[in-house]
Amino acid sequence: MQITVTVNGAERTADVEPRLLLAHVIREQFGLTGTHIGCDTTSCGACTVLLDGVPVKSCTMFGVQADGREVTTVEGMAAGGTLDPIQEGFKEEHGLQCGFCTPGMMLVARALLDENPDPTEEDIRWAISGNICRCTGYMNIVKAIQWAAAKAAESKTAEPAAVS
Amino acid sequence: MLPAAFEYHRASTLDEALALLSEHGSEAKVLAGGQSLVPLMKLRFAAPEHLVDINRLPGLDGLDEDGEGLRVGALVRNKALERSDLLRSRYPTMAAAAPMISDPIVRNLGTLGGSLVHADPAGDWGSVMLALGGSVVLRSSRGEREVPAREFLVDTFTTSIEPDEVLTGVRVPAPAPRSGGAYLKMERKVGDFATVAVAVQLALANGTIRRAGIALTAVGPKNIEAEAAEALLAGAEPTEEAFAEAGRLAAQAADPISDVRGSADYKRHVVEVFTRRGLARALEMAQVS
Repeated sequence: MQITVTVNGAERTADVEPRLLLAHVIREQFGLTGTHIGCDTTSCGACTVLLDGVPVKSCTMFGVQADGREVTTVEGMAAGGTLDPIQEGFKEEHGLQCGFCTPGMMLVARALLDENPDPTEEDIRWAISGNICRCTGYMNIVKAIQWAAAKAAESKTAEPAAVS
Repeated sequence: MLPAAFEYHRASTLDEALALLSEHGSEAKVLAGGQSLVPLMKLRFAAPEHLVDINRLPGLDGLDEDGEGLRVGALVRNKALERSDLLRSRYPTMAAAAPMISDPIVRNLGTLGGSLVHADPAGDWGSVMLALGGSVVLRSSRGEREVPAREFLVDTFTTSIEPDEVLTGVRVPAPAPRSGGAYLKMERKVGDFATVAVAVQLALANGTIRRAGIALTAVGPKNIEAEAAEALLAGAEPTEEAFAEAGRLAAQAADPISDVRGSADYKRHVVEVFTRRGLARALEMAQVS
């Protein structure tokens, strides 16, 4: 079946069997391997992508369901070569070790901050509770997201006033 | 694992979906959130030959009340239920259950309606609907019918839905004036199925219990309504002793298996404790509502 998906802002097409999972379509048809497959049971969240801005587990839906829709993967986070504040935060606060859960964590963080730019620690921990990390014990992931929220707030206040 | 091959149909109208179900009947499954169905298909415990994707059907995402009570459309996602002020203020059992379903990412796609049709005994919504006396609305090209949850949930992964029917919505009776509810869930970690969960609803009249709804998750072949416990409480004074006895009766109604999540004895014990606690919580809420 022919599908057209807007991936990280660009239209991509593929001819896929309906049973191919979105995670497979992203990795194999679109060649974007930042989305990881970590479990077989919808438990780990390493496959998380944004579907029309909303976090979904790409291993638990079919590629054909994304036909005509927008998908954001980790590769889409750095706009024009500039890191997303979340990516900077993971760097500054050592928010990763092996990096396997990281794309999913960062995309969930992106969706959280888009909706709630000033989350509490509890908000953050709640938002990432669908993503498992085997390395870090989560503390630095939380700090990385807090760093990103603070950085984004700082850039906002530093913006020059609009010239009318 | 990859699911077995199937034919995929994306319906753009309800009539189209119903026509597809009439044609393919028992070889077809409806796909909404897919957060229960797709995992089963990946394990090949389910291998429908046809999937009818209803996610783009208009008009199925309503969440509101009419004269009789709550109406939840088939495509209302668990995330919307988790955030609903309407549920928080008027349907506290549902408001308590919603945030405990799976994890926040799965809640972005999963639906209340889908959970009921899937009828996993460890599914949270089934117990909530039993405790609240909710019902499902089923449509086919032959017409529409409304079925109470206690008739709809027949057995493990088995409902009374016909092969050519699609669930279009769920209904819950409007809350009585002095009522409250709770949902207590024990899980090993976020996203795990319940070890044990208990749904409670209580309605008071003149200081005594007018109606009690108690239903159990993950402790039997299907969601279990603790009818003896409910009958004991109907018309009774809401005392600690009554709640303790209700807890014991609810534990007796449970039929858990011993597995990695705990022994049958342990799970029965948790049923008793959660029933008592849930009733106490519901009572507190009912007394100030």
